[in-house]
Amino acid sequence: VNIRIRYFASIREILRIDEEEIEIKDGATVMDLISELKQRHEFLSTKNQLLIAVNGSFAQPSTVIKSGEEVALFPPVSGG
Amino acid sequence: MITVTKDDFSADEMVDKIKQHYTGGVVTFRGVVRGESKGREIERMTIEVYEEMARKQLGTIREEALNKFDVQEIAVIHRYGDLNVGDNIVLICVAAGHRAEAFQACMYVIDELKIRVPIWKKEYTPDGEVWVEGERHE
Repeated sequence: VNIRIRYFASIREILRIDEEEIEIKDGATVMDLISELKQRHEFLSTKNQLLIAVNGSFAQPSTVIKSGEEVALFPPVSGG
Repeated sequence: MITVTKDDFSADEMVDKIKQHYTGGVVTFRGVVRGESKGREIERMTIEVYEEMARKQLGTIREEALNKFDVQEIAVIHRYGDLNVGDNIVLICVAAGHRAEAFQACMYVIDELKIRVPIWKKEYTPDGEVWVEGERHE
């Protein structure tokens, strides 16, 4: 299935990409996706504080990602 | 009433907008750009936001606060973009019949915002720029 990944803040700057589309296997979870992304982008392996959202809600490692969903990766937030 | 915007805001205007006939008080929290951070001088700041998710998260936090506390209305505005020292960043206004619940609800919203809403500050200091990273989301 095809999904869209968006990156924000320090992660976006270090990877030098705002977003990308990738193909993952049917039934893949957030944890599977993260492993795949860590292989593509070495920097993500060094980042132990990584937050993941699927369609605008914080996701669990076991969350299954469906086709067309938007996944976002970002560091701990600092608004307010 | 959730707003995520580049534009500045007026706390007074928002207070007038949300107060109702039975409102006894409006608690306002207005966050501004501080000229220092962890001992470093701050010259200016850029705020980045994941807008769609920020609106959704702020809406959820607002609903939670309206359910948890005996308050009448809650408005939240968060800015993004380039800001200077002293500029407004965030506004939370809570209208209630009585002050205690209004203060509690306001505190709840700002505390949750700082943990759950995808917004990030980048501070510019004389030694360079630094992304601020908050507490880890649980």
